[in-house]
Amino acid sequence: MRHSKEAGMTLIVKTVTRLTVGLILLYGIYIIFNGHLSPGGGFAGGVIMALSFINIMLAFGKEAALKKFNLSSAQLLASAGALIFLLLAMIGFIDGHFFSNFFFKNKLPFDLLSEGNIPIYEVAISLIVGGGLFAIFVALVIEHKADKHSD
Amino acid sequence: MNIIPLFVIIPLAAAFLISFAGRFAKRIPDILGNSACFALLFLSIYMANALYKIPGHILVYKVGGWIPPIGISMVVDSLTAFMLVTVNLVAFMIAVFSIEYMTKYTDKWKFYTLFMLMIAGINGVTITGDLFNLFVFLEIASISSYALVAFGTESEEMEASFKYAVMGSVASSFILLGIAFLYSWTSTLNMADMASVLAEKGYTRTLPFVSVLFLMGFGLKAALVPFHGWLPDAHPSAPAPISAMLSGVLIKVLGVYALSRIFYNVLGMDSRILSILIFLGALSMLVGVFLAIGQWDLKRLLAYHSISQIGYVILGIGLGTPLGIFGGLFHLFNHSIFKSLLFLNSGAIDYSIGTRNLQEMGGLRARMPVTAATNLIASMSIAGIPPFNGFFSKLIIILACVQAHHAGYAFIAVIGSILTLASFMKVQRYAFFGVLNKKWEAAKEVPVGMLASMIVLGLVCIVAGLFALPPFSAFLTNAANVLVNGKDYAALVWGAVK
Amino acid sequence: MTAYLLCLVLFSIGLYCILRKRNLIKIIIGIGIVEYAVNLFFILVGYRTGGRSPIFARDQVITNMVDPLPQALVLTSIVIGLAVTALLVAIAIRIYEKYGTFDITKINKLKG
Repeated sequence: MRHSKEAGMTLIVKTVTRLTVGLILLYGIYIIFNGHLSPGGGFAGGVIMALSFINIMLAFGKEAALKKFNLSSAQLLASAGALIFLLLAMIGFIDGHFFSNFFFKNKLPFDLLSEGNIPIYEVAISLIVGGGLFAIFVALVIEHKADKHSD
Repeated sequence: MNIIPLFVIIPLAAAFLISFAGRFAKRIPDILGNSACFALLFLSIYMANALYKIPGHILVYKVGGWIPPIGISMVVDSLTAFMLVTVNLVAFMIAVFSIEYMTKYTDKWKFYTLFMLMIAGINGVTITGDLFNLFVFLEIASISSYALVAFGTESEEMEASFKYAVMGSVASSFILLGIAFLYSWTSTLNMADMASVLAEKGYTRTLPFVSVLFLMGFGLKAALVPFHGWLPDAHPSAPAPISAMLSGVLIKVLGVYALSRIFYNVLGMDSRILSILIFLGALSMLVGVFLAIGQWDLKRLLAYHSISQIGYVILGIGLGTPLGIFGGLFHLFNHSIFKSLLFLNSGAIDYSIGTRNLQEMGGLRARMPVTAATNLIASMSIAGIPPFNGFFSKLIIILACVQAHHAGYAFIAVIGSILTLASFMKVQRYAFFGVLNKKWEAAKEVPVGMLASMIVLGLVCIVAGLFALPPFSAFLTNAANVLVNGKDYAALVWGAVK
Repeated sequence: MTAYLLCLVLFSIGLYCILRKRNLIKIIIGIGIVEYAVNLFFILVGYRTGGRSPIFARDQVITNMVDPLPQALVLTSIVIGLAVTALLVAIAIRIYEKYGTFDITKINKLKG
């Protein structure tokens, strides 16, 4: 029985979330940076990074999550990721073709920095997907003040 | 050669820049959007001009430097150049119109972002040479259009957008299923490579199944008759520039262009598919025009007429003869021009007096002379009165029907034309002629930006009849030849890849 | 062969759900099922008998791999499906605010 109305879920969930949210974010970053060596890449890593913020929102309530990362900064991050992606694709024009892959070509394969500018593409994609997914989630749970009835 | 990817880069860059910086400054969305559309129009006319001087009239661009079929290729031939000019001309006019019109809605930067994304998707469908790339750009354009139909967030717009989105994603799933079947049979996704593999391997039972899947999927995007249920709800509910874009450009590129490219160039046309297309085209003509006569909502009437005119285009393309395809493509160009002009006129009326119901309007010619004049030009074009452009394209389609021994379909086309004339005489009488309704004494003409785009489209209506004559008809004849000699597509593309 | 037939059965179940259910949310779930079925079919097309996952490793020589191209294409298709589902859910929430119900037989202001 609760005596006062608190935002979010019970104490057990809040404690576990405080311990594990940083690890989830780190795991997402690991998947992004190893996207060209093992399964994963920008899409999956971006979704996991967004999920860590959504986890904070579910466990602690809306206001706590929105203080860390609000709607307009999520939209700005997604647009910035898209601009970086397009800029990288256009840099390929220097080598002659759109989307050409020409940095770092002389390193060894299976290294972290090996496949040209593909890791930078993965980072840009993760910004777009992560920022976009979080922005969608926040936009769906924000209540419209004009249509709210009593209470 | 390097300007081919610019057709996709420019609208994408404009969309991302507007979404990044558009909410901070009032004028940035307008300036970026309109300059991007003007740049696209200039590039498409330049590309159509440069294509004449190249032997074979075809250009292939390898994305990333990878040789097709390992990489994605972008192919520009005469049909592509024709579609690019049509799309970008109409898009620029609509972008100029929406500078003033969209001040009635909030968040203009969101509108311009979605609009630029839709143009990027439409241009991408036109220039791509790879089947899955076509599917990705088709989805980009479709999802932007679902969001744009719901832009005003009133209750009717939400209902129309939901219906359109559900039917559109079912159609996209059918298209993806067809692509999966084709990939499993030919193990390649490049259109030219698939054409040569299919020509070698011969007939198999997979091909009619895939043809029906594509007919269902692209037929829904083109609003052919059994699949037209979403159009009368979606097109009136969108804001007026978006209705013009959807009716004038989107259903043509995503539906008619993709259908003819895949059926004529990749799969190889056979006579059963041609007879299905002719039958569905004739059915669309009749159903559209019979349902349009009883409408009192101006935009809903125009939406039903879109169904009918697309029936003419599919009838022309389905005939398979050079004259028929010429007539079909010419009518596609004409319909883009006059249908978008009609929707922009209805938007101007809505901007001035705030209603779309024909029974409430009356005698607007006294207060809005330019709108009335351009509406008269567009109505005479769509009804097929000489010397406007609609007359020439309908005449060529009717002659092509008679020449191909389908005299019954020619008769149906004539009946459709007469009924179109009847319903547009009704629009003219109720909206513009007659006594000025007392409520609209204070109505004024719309601002200059909106007038400019309507006047330019009206001028193109008057002048475009010249395309049927020899010096200018080469533009259309080259485009029609790409479809008539559909089997040479693979050889031409391999010849142009360096 | 049975795997392909079961994929098409899943597609038909999703299509039935879109056509016959009256609740907006069930229609959205039906669209999700249809997309899953098409993606699954596309991946199954790329299977080679006895193949292993198409990822190179540092010191091994791999001879028999399944086809990697459908896997890359399905990644794109899943993200497209995510975008469509997000848009449909947002529209459904707004419809509930305007009409007060999720029942499609009562949401019929556009007629004629």
